[in-house]
Amino acid sequence: MSKGGRLTSVVALFLVVVGLVVWAVASLLTPGVPGGVVNFTNTQAAGQPVHLTVQTVGSIGFGAHPTWVSYLVKDPKTGKWVHDTSWELPAHTVIDMTVYQYDSGSPLRNQEWGQVLGTFGGTATLNGKTFSSYNSNTGNGVGHTFAIPTLNISVPLVGVSGNPCAVAPCHFNSPHNVETFSFKTPGPGSYNWQCFVPCALGYLFGNGGAMSTQNYMGGELEVVN
Amino acid sequence: MSPESSNANGDNDFRRIVTIWIVSSVVLDLLYWFLVGPHVPPGRMTSTAKDNQLDFNVLLVIALPVLIGVWEWLGFAALRWNVKRKGAPESVGGPGAAGKKSAERSWIVITTVVVLFLAVYGTIELYVGNGSGGGEGPNPILQPAGAVKAETAAVAGTGTWSPNSNEVLAVQVIAQQWKFTYRYPEFGGFESPFLILPDNTEIAFNVTSLDVIHSFWAYQLEVKADANPLENNVAFTKTEQLGNFEVRCSELCGIWHGSMFNSGKVVSESAFMAWANATEAKNAANTKDLPPFAWTYVPDANGAAGGYYPDGGVTPYSPVEIYGSKQPS
Repeated sequence: MSKGGRLTSVVALFLVVVGLVVWAVASLLTPGVPGGVVNFTNTQAAGQPVHLTVQTVGSIGFGAHPTWVSYLVKDPKTGKWVHDTSWELPAHTVIDMTVYQYDSGSPLRNQEWGQVLGTFGGTATLNGKTFSSYNSNTGNGVGHTFAIPTLNISVPLVGVSGNPCAVAPCHFNSPHNVETFSFKTPGPGSYNWQCFVPCALGYLFGNGGAMSTQNYMGGELEVVN
Repeated sequence: MSPESSNANGDNDFRRIVTIWIVSSVVLDLLYWFLVGPHVPPGRMTSTAKDNQLDFNVLLVIALPVLIGVWEWLGFAALRWNVKRKGAPESVGGPGAAGKKSAERSWIVITTVVVLFLAVYGTIELYVGNGSGGGEGPNPILQPAGAVKAETAAVAGTGTWSPNSNEVLAVQVIAQQWKFTYRYPEFGGFESPFLILPDNTEIAFNVTSLDVIHSFWAYQLEVKADANPLENNVAFTKTEQLGNFEVRCSELCGIWHGSMFNSGKVVSESAFMAWANATEAKNAANTKDLPPFAWTYVPDANGAAGGYYPDGGVTPYSPVEIYGSKQPS
């Protein structure tokens, strides 16, 4: 290769390396806008509670893992159920949460999660009745929990008999429990939430699959000002 | 340069090096010991943290002279004995030192003394500190006075603790994907996501897991013990300062491993007593649904509970057996 050719090759390789480094650094420094974040800011007047409605289903019925258990959330703008578990919420705001629980239950691996923790009054309502602790060894047990570990919030979601709803979103004519509770968001930040029932069918200790994949049994609360 | 003058230069350099080394080592060690040492992590919140800080400081006070000596020699080599420098003297420790018995003896004696001292010191510290806050397994050989009595009573459900009693407080750490919870056997066995400890008290942490391997790491307490399913890993420390501390899982345990942390608090003995009594009363409804207190619990390998997953091929346990009743001898 001629001297000019070698020089051109070296310069070209150098530019490629510089380009890759710039791209890598820019990717690290630029906060990406995560896809599938349901926005609950500006859905209510300032200082008013935000209404967050979710449902839990025994099998999502579509997508890459149709048999996996999952949460769905009602989009506050369209009123439609969407399969996203990252939610943007306003800081220092009361969140009134309603959960439609369509999944069956079982005794908890750790009955500690039968307690209602971190909500207003340390209570939730189950089909209109207030409770602070649920014995998962009775009735249909507990299907899931809604928990934000870093905020010490945890609510047991009591199971229903059987699991007739095979494809999400489930509708009111399927057996379900309705639970409500309220909590206040902290300052801005990212807080993960998750289910503490090892409910991933067929995985060791029940914590693989849907329990270890974003957008099924856990997600992020993006709390913003 | 004649050999005589070269040797004379070498002796002078050696004396200079030793003088500078002694003076700077003493000065830096003293500065470090008094100005930096008291602020070195993990602090002095517990006996094990205090011991760990002392160990770290002792190591650094020994390491500093070594570091200074090496750097000083390098400095002399680069600046004074540089062969490119006109009239540079022969280096100390250079070819002239070959076969010099006193140099060989000094090297062997100094390094042997340092290494043996550290080995003996470390072993003594491990013993004196009752395992230095590390997990010792289910049958610890190093433990504070009263630990066996407290642990035996705790698992029998007859344990007690009160302020100024000098009794060991047993605390169970239960790890699960992805959260630590804590049971207090001396207070009816209630379970809580909060780790509150009384000041001036020997604590026996009993660490176990309900699923995969985790690791309980309370950094400011200088306590670290792996949390294994079906194992009780015991670690000891004595609280000596009020304050907040952090607990983290230090074993990669799945998707939310990074969020598996919580803060804890060392409070006065009376404040702890008030908190424990209040929480025992508040959690009473849930505590009666918990399994009996045991050092380990048997989780169902397949899912949430026996019979929940019909295709798991796992014999369903009864609800009690799933969590609590099986206690390996």
